[in-house]
Amino acid sequence: MAGLEMGANLVAQEAAMLQIEDVSKTYPGARPVLQGVSLHLDAGETLALTGESGSGKSTLLHLAGALDGFDSGEITLAGTRLSGLDDSGRAALRRGCVALVFQQFNLIPSLTVAQNLSFHARLAGRQDPAWIRDLTDRLGLGELGARYPEQLSGGQQQRVAIGRALAARPALLLADEPTGNLDETASDAVMDLMLELVRVSGTALFLVTHSERIAARLDRRAHLSGGRIA
Amino acid sequence: MIGAALQALASHWRRHPLQLGTLLAGLALATALWSAVQAINAEARASYARAASQIGGATLDVLEAPGGPMSRARYVALRRAGWQLSPVLEGRTRLGEEQVTLLGLDPLTHPPLPAFEAAMQADQATLAQMLTQGGLLLASPELVSALKDVPGLPPLRASDSVPPGMVITDIGLAERLLARPDQIDRLLILPQQPMQLTPLDQLAPDLQRRASRAGADTARLTDSFHLNLTAFGLLSFAVGLFIVHGTVGLAFEQRRAMVRTLRALGLPVWLLAALMLAELLALALVGGLLGLGLGYLVAAALLPDVAATLRGLYGAPVAGGLSLRPSWIVGGLAMALIGTLAASAQALWRMLRMPLLAAPGLQAWAQRAAQGDRRMALAGLGLIAAGIAALALIKGLIGGFALIAGLMLGAALLLPPVLAALLGLGRHLTRGPLGEWLWADTRAQLPGIGLALMALLLALAANIGVGTMVSSFRLTFTGWLDQRLVSELYLTARDDAQGAEIARWLAPRSDAVLPIRAAEFTVQGNPVTVYGVVDHPTYRDNWPLLDRTPDAWAQVNAGQGVFINEQLARRADLWPGDVVQLAPGWVLPVAGVYSDYGNPTGQAITALPALLTHARAVPNRRFGVRIVPEAVPDLIEALRAKFDLPASALIDQAGLKSRSLAVFDKTFVVTGALNLLTLGVAGFAILTSLLTLWSLRLPQLAPVWALGLTRGRLARLELARSLLLATFTALLALPLGLALAWVLLAVINVQAFGWRLPMYLFPLDWLRLFLLALLAAGLAAALPARRLYRLPPSELLKVFANAR
Ligand SMILES: Nc1ncnc2c1ncn2[C@@H]1O[C@H](COP(=O)(O)OP(=O)(O)OP(=O)(O)O)[C@@H](O)[C@H]1O
Ligand SMILES: [Mg+2]
Repeated sequence: MAGLEMGANLVAQEAAMLQIEDVSKTYPGARPVLQGVSLHLDAGETLALTGESGSGKSTLLHLAGALDGFDSGEITLAGTRLSGLDDSGRAALRRGCVALVFQQFNLIPSLTVAQNLSFHARLAGRQDPAWIRDLTDRLGLGELGARYPEQLSGGQQQRVAIGRALAARPALLLADEPTGNLDETASDAVMDLMLELVRVSGTALFLVTHSERIAARLDRRAHLSGGRIA
Repeated sequence: MIGAALQALASHWRRHPLQLGTLLAGLALATALWSAVQAINAEARASYARAASQIGGATLDVLEAPGGPMSRARYVALRRAGWQLSPVLEGRTRLGEEQVTLLGLDPLTHPPLPAFEAAMQADQATLAQMLTQGGLLLASPELVSALKDVPGLPPLRASDSVPPGMVITDIGLAERLLARPDQIDRLLILPQQPMQLTPLDQLAPDLQRRASRAGADTARLTDSFHLNLTAFGLLSFAVGLFIVHGTVGLAFEQRRAMVRTLRALGLPVWLLAALMLAELLALALVGGLLGLGLGYLVAAALLPDVAATLRGLYGAPVAGGLSLRPSWIVGGLAMALIGTLAASAQALWRMLRMPLLAAPGLQAWAQRAAQGDRRMALAGLGLIAAGIAALALIKGLIGGFALIAGLMLGAALLLPPVLAALLGLGRHLTRGPLGEWLWADTRAQLPGIGLALMALLLALAANIGVGTMVSSFRLTFTGWLDQRLVSELYLTARDDAQGAEIARWLAPRSDAVLPIRAAEFTVQGNPVTVYGVVDHPTYRDNWPLLDRTPDAWAQVNAGQGVFINEQLARRADLWPGDVVQLAPGWVLPVAGVYSDYGNPTGQAITALPALLTHARAVPNRRFGVRIVPEAVPDLIEALRAKFDLPASALIDQAGLKSRSLAVFDKTFVVTGALNLLTLGVAGFAILTSLLTLWSLRLPQLAPVWALGLTRGRLARLELARSLLLATFTALLALPLGLALAWVLLAVINVQAFGWRLPMYLFPLDWLRLFLLALLAAGLAAALPARRLYRLPPSELLKVFANAR
């Protein structure tokens, strides 16, 4: 019995890509944003996080991406506890296991599209030219490789951002309203691509969105309100 | 409405106090260095003017004997013939510890002098007192206090209008103090003359009439020095304006949104422009006033050294104290205002023509800059070519400065395109994403930091150029001193009789006693001191000849040739093979040209007997003594005991050399100080442009951080970026600085001083300067880098926040 339980636990731990337990966060000089949030995400699973503006969705996403520290609780990302990590430990984790897509795209302005696409993968030391070529084709960016980000439309920029995120084959993709800046047509196209690529590469997706329509397309959904998951 | 708009505009400065401080500091620094130089120049000019007005009747013609002083009898004879003349006796002498120029005048006939007038207004007794046996000495207040404890001097009176280092007195007293009884150096020809006089060239054909040289020489000689200082001041001013340009540009950039809102609220564009202009002018006024205060302090600190320079190099008397002139204040403020307007015109213009759409992104900026780069490169090359053409066409000092201006400005314009090319090259040579990003990103930063780097380039090049000039000069000068000062001991006797006595006494006690005797002549209207030397190997083996005929020494020792100094050779265009007329009936071929650094006037050397036949009353008081160096101290003791000579009359070679070098070093303290200040300002310019770029910088750094770099790593990369740019700039500054040094040595020096110096290279100095540049750039980058390192992640995350 004990052995079996331990085994199941181990499997569960391995399967849980992201484990958030009772996490609280307060920005200096402000009211608490997160008050005991718990959440988990399995490998390859897709999860939509909804909530009102200012409810702390982005904050939670940032904590999950090892971008910022939290006050209490624990976050385990791909088996690593975040609470004990220093700056360089967090940076290594960001390089190695997660990738981020933001509403503002946040490409690196001084690099070309092609350089932006491969940047994260090369930084993580996991460059796979065949996969990047494949990604470029699927995202329809083949023609745009030599351009600079600001010479692209919003939809094009977001496709570059998704390509950059997935090029490194991360275990977890964090996306904060990735289509919030795009019109409906562009938004649908970008979402379709993202969901398909996530499936193809077996990446888990943690997506913040305001859109019911988009949330409905994901495996699971969670709602953040009053600093907790409702 | 105006009040509300003003409040809105001003609120920006309240929220960005550092920016305000930087702007004011840039303005203050620019104004300070510029007005410091102006204050120094004005002070020196005032001193020259005072000197010129004292030497008296600067506009009067003068009658002189070519071969030296004339006798009182000549003067009396001419007076008898009806000529209205006033005698002058002038000479250098030592009163106590002070070396002074003693000007002996006849107060009854001399044209009115400011010093007399002032003294006589103060009390009626002056004239009488001046003429009585006891006499009276007029001198500047500083000199009076230095002389007041010297025993045996006639009463002293202070007068502000006597130039520094000069004592004015009655000619009778001057004769005694100078030990030149019955002598007159020149006769002023007074403006009012009776009718029907016998012309002077019949009465006294041997006397020469010439326009007074008072002031003109000093002005001509020192003009170039002041031009040098002014050029430096202008350079510092320009470097300071880089800071102003940077901060104003940023302030306007950050207020775009506010301006848009104000315009949307119905504020007319012209009113907005007027308000922003008024704001700029107010800031300029505050910065300018701060700069004036700072400039006054800098000038006061530097003036004593400048005064020493002018005295040492040109013999021009300048006081060490600074006075506050209204014209200087107005001029400094005007410069601050004009500079501010010039530095902000672009930002203001852009702001007013701003489209009501979003600002263009970084890459567009860089792309625009790339187009601008090509234009700038062309303009830069054009400026350099124009400078070279100017030197070829105009020649002379102006041509030299035009070349310097063209070189410096052209190189500054060339800097961004050259840096861009270098960074592009670096990018091609790098593998790995971070390296690639670093080069590309640095390239993208260029438009923002380019101006500061130009400032650094100019400061470094000026440092290398002036440093190379000064060090080359110093090296040449020390070598030359070794050649020139061969005698182990130099002594000055009280008078000719004592001189002869000492020479006799010394003859058996030394290897050689070499008389140093000279008389004044005029060559092509300029004074020339002609030395007569005896035939001795001391001269033959050591004299620093630059050019000579094959049997030069034989010619000179036979009195059949003359050596002239480089200044005279260049000014009069006389070279070996030419002949020079030293006096009517005394024409000698030029046998050689020797270097004679630090001497403002012409000089010549021939055999002593030849000199004695052409000049009367050549004093015989100074001697060089050859003796084994170990015996010098004992000999000095013995001489002092036997002949009762003051300490100043006996100088050993080492003492003379160190004294000469001290004067030399003091000469260039000012340039050194200005150099360092300019470098400091350039470092500050880098800091300000980095700080101003800070807010633009975060959105570029945050994604890289999010992708897995620590803040510490990013901060180190930011530091490395600045060091990289500083390194490239310093490498480019080296050839520019050497070109500048060449122009200074081969063009400016020849025009300004009359001598051409060989150029030496000082790689250790470059290394030191390179490290200084890295230090400046590193310090400038350290502050923003530290800020980045300490930045809480939540601040970086704001970049990704949706509502931006
Ligand atoms: N970097 C930060 N520093 C300080 N306070 C912050 C920061 N980021 C967010 N906040 C505050 O934390 C609260 C939650 O913000 P958060 O951005 O997480 O909300 P959100 O759910 O993503 O909102 P939205 O849907 O508008 O993006 C807000 O009150 C916000 O003001
Ligand atoms: Mg959000």
